[in-house]
Formats: sequence, C-alpha cells, structure tokens
Amino acid sequence: MSILIYAESAEGKFKKVAFEIASYAKKVAETLGTTVTALTINTEDVSELSKYGVDKVLKVSNDKLAGFNAKAYADVIKQAAQQENTKLVVLSSSTNSIYLSSLLAVSLEAGFASNVVGLPVSTAPFQVKRNAFSNKAFNITEINTEVKVIGLAKNSYGIFENTSTLAEEAFSPNIGDNDFGIKVESVEKTSGKVSIADADIVVSGGRGLKGPENWGLIEDLAAVLGAATACSKPVSDLGWRPHGEHVGQTGKPVATNLYIAIGISGAIQHIAGINASKVKVVINTDPEAPFFKVADYGIVGDAFDVVPRLIEKLKAFKAQNA
Amino acid sequence: MKILVCISHVPDTTSKINFTNGDTEFDTNGVQYVINPNDEFGLTRAIWFQEQQGATVTVVNVGGPETEPTLRKALAIGANEAIRINATPTDGFFVAKQLAEVIKNGAYDLVIAGKESLDYNGGMVPGMIAGILEYNFLNSCINITVEGTNVKAVREIDGGKETVSTTLPLIIGGQKGLVEEKDLRIPNMRGIMTARTKALNVIEPVDAKVNTKAVKFEKPAAKSAIKMVSPDNLDELIDLLHNEAKVI
Repeated sequence: MSILIYAESAEGKFKKVAFEIASYAKKVAETLGTTVTALTINTEDVSELSKYGVDKVLKVSNDKLAGFNAKAYADVIKQAAQQENTKLVVLSSSTNSIYLSSLLAVSLEAGFASNVVGLPVSTAPFQVKRNAFSNKAFNITEINTEVKVIGLAKNSYGIFENTSTLAEEAFSPNIGDNDFGIKVESVEKTSGKVSIADADIVVSGGRGLKGPENWGLIEDLAAVLGAATACSKPVSDLGWRPHGEHVGQTGKPVATNLYIAIGISGAIQHIAGINASKVKVVINTDPEAPFFKVADYGIVGDAFDVVPRLIEKLKAFKAQNA
Repeated sequence: MKILVCISHVPDTTSKINFTNGDTEFDTNGVQYVINPNDEFGLTRAIWFQEQQGATVTVVNVGGPETEPTLRKALAIGANEAIRINATPTDGFFVAKQLAEVIKNGAYDLVIAGKESLDYNGGMVPGMIAGILEYNFLNSCINITVEGTNVKAVREIDGGKETVSTTLPLIIGGQKGLVEEKDLRIPNMRGIMTARTKALNVIEPVDAKVNTKAVKFEKPAAKSAIKMVSPDNLDELIDLLHNEAKVI
C-alpha cells in the first residue's frame, strides 16, 4: 500500500528532484496513513533518503541498467510497484522520468497526471492540481483508477526534512532483452556548466544584448551566482546561442528560484515558459517592456551599464557572505 | 516508409486563456487554433522524409469537426492524407488508445507526435501509444535519420543530449530540433488548393477507458506589483534578493 517513488541519481548521488518527490510523497503518505518506499537504481549509498521521510528503499544493482533506458526502468518500477502493492507512484519531472512515466502508467493500467503542482486537492476522489495551458492556468484532474501515477512539476513543492528510519532491501527485478530496443550510442554533456534543469538560478539574455559577442556579460553574471545561462527565442533563432538554451513555450520550461531576464522584452510565449519560476528580475532599457508586468523586481537601465556593476557588487556580496 | 504524424489542435500561443461554465470548460471564444508547435516540427521533418526518401505522410487528430481546418493546414503543408477520429480528446490514455488503433490498422513504420501539447501539457500520449503497442519509443527527440529500418536519433537530456540507435517501427515524442523554426512552412496557394482535394477520412472511435478527468480550471492568482530599483542603487536589488526574496 505504500507510496512508491523513483529516486533518481547521477554518478552515485541523488538528484535534488529525488528529495523533492520524497518530501511530497511523505506528506501524502501521512494523509493516507501509509509509508514511502523509494526505488533506487545502481545507487550505492541511499542513507540520505532517510532525511526526507523515506521509510524503505528497494535497491536495484544491475549492470544492464548502468545507463538510463526508459522501457527497462519503467519495467523495474512496475515490478517494484506490484511487489509493494502500491496504489500511488510519484515521479519527478526530469527529462528521464517524464520519458518513462507514460510507459509505466500503461503497464500498471494506472491513470496518470503529469505536471502536478501541489498536494492532492482531495484524496477520495483523488484530485490533483496541475499546470496547463503552458503555465497560463491550472487544471484540477481527477484520477479514477485504482493505481495512480503522478509526475510532480519541478520546484513546485520544495524539499522538507522529515527524519525517518530507513529499511534497505535488495530488489532483483526481471529484466527482459526486449526492454532494450533503444540503444544509447553516445552521451554529450554540456561540460563545466550548470544545466537549466538543475539550476536554482537562471540568467537569461535577449536581443537587447545586441550580439553573441556580448554574451560574456550573461556568463559572468551566471558564474558569480552559480547560475545556468539561457536565452530568448529570437536569440536562438538568430544563431547567437545554441537552441538548447532557448527558454519559453516552444523551448525549455524554466521553474527555478530566481530568473534574471536581461534585454528580454517578455513576449507572452517567453513568459509562459518561465512563469513557474519563483522570483523574476528584469533589466531592460524600455520601461514599457511587458516583462515588467510579470516580474518581481525591475531595473530600467542599459544592460551594458547595469550588469558589469551588478557583477562587481555581487562579487563583493558573495565574498562577505561566504 | 509510412509515417503517421499525430496532430493536436491547440490555441495559438498568443491566446488569452479563459474558462466558462463555472470554470469547467475552456472558453473557445475568439481563440485562434493552430497545429501544436511540437507537432509542427515533427510534421515538417516528416515532409522532409517524403521529399528526400519517398515516404508517405498521413496526419491524424482526435477531435470534432471543428478541428478539420487544422488538418487541412497540415495537408496544405504537404501531408498526403488526413484522418480525423471523431471524438472529444478527454484524457491522454483515451487519445493514445484511438491512435494506437489507427497505427496498428495502417501498419505505420514511424509515428511522430509532439512530446507535449500546449493546451493540456500532459506529455503522455506518445509514450502511452508505445506502451499499448509495445513499439520502440524515443521521447524529446531532436534529430532523426532513417535508413531502411535502421534509425539514428538524438534525444535531449537534462544538461546535454544522447545519440541512440533503434529500428522501425518507432514512435517519437518530437520537439524543436527535429527541424528549426526557419524550416517551418507556410502553406502556399498551390498547397492550399491541392489540400482541398486530398482525402480527409473521418473514423469513429473505439471503446477505451477514461482514466482521468479534468474537473475544473483555475487562473493563477494576480501577481503583486513589481518593485522598481534604481540602476544607481544595485545594493538595494542585492538586499531585496537576499533578505526579502531569499534567493541569493
């Protein structure tokens, strides 16, 4: 009956989203009077999960699962759910978890709600609030199946400590060869940089930067803040920055703690993509730019004047608060 | 190669989002509909396969008669034929079940769906089709080439990308990168004229379970007013971010 989460890790360390879904599942488990079981795949040290309320860990160690494979991973989670007689599976909204979630929902014959942004509105009937219309609205979805799968939107609940006693158990699922129809040939990581998906802070530049040669400003500010860099759609369309950095409705969604928009006017599609961010700062020469209507803090000023001074001030601030 | 492109009929990205009937229904009043952008990238890549490798391209949508202009637009862009499954797309699994039926009966080799529609943002239909049919599935696909039945494709991952190999039949959840914005096609007059004579077959849905139901909609709460900071007082901004917003 326990709630099952899939606690993702990379290079042996849990991702932050694992702690967020653990915190979330614990809260729901308390409401339902049940416990939280986490499934881990090839993670040696799982003790950190006890900080966030996980009661039991099913540890899978298997060389076949060394690299992520959506079908195989979904299959493993399904078997864990069945062994635990789970009625609710909670997944994160990482690219990999989104990838496997719909496969898992079909194999469990579970109703699935993605992009969930808060605790269940009601548990009987089971209703959750989710993002819809690209962050322009919410939608309350009712799941009517016995087994349910939900995907929690990143940064929508938060990480809460809740110490528990963790029972560890080895779990050896059956892994069929037909799970490996997709073979990974190579992985290319954007090295040495914070990815938009993992970042707490994102610094984003628009056409106001006037050209790719000025991106040092964005990168320097990001470096001081430990932030990822991003850009608006026109900037990626012009080829100033790679498409992987384009954030907005047709680019990457951003749900970060702090989003700093520099020289971005704030077209409705851009705002839709970044609106789930908690705090938004805009720096723009045009006081009429639509971004000022949605931001929390604004500066009317020229990026080429403001940003270098901001970088120096932040360096001093960081040195003081280090 | 037979390609099926799944098309969602969604409000234009600039649409104002409102609800009616006690916030239980999307207000279609004054809303312009378009091909879901993620689907349009996939459709454009499919047309590339048609022109370069002789593929046939069918587009399909689950929806009422009001969605036909969107399918006609896909035909005008170059798809060979269209299918409309005459049902309201109530839930991701229901839609996936309808599409799976069409795919099975039509023996399609490659199925391209957008990784997510911009209305309900479920992001589940392509994976569910793959789950139902037990076909190979690649999500967040940003590049694909096909030789015979061998496929090389690239998937976007958090903080990078990975290159994979697989075989047909295959279902992909596509997005920008399959083609770029500049590659998207605006239908020309000839395309629009020929689209009128192309087949748009309407079929009835099969029975399928509806696992989830959208019961209500809400609009985000009004935002509190912005705090303006003078460009000559950046210390104030740092103070606000540190002490008030607590984000640095």
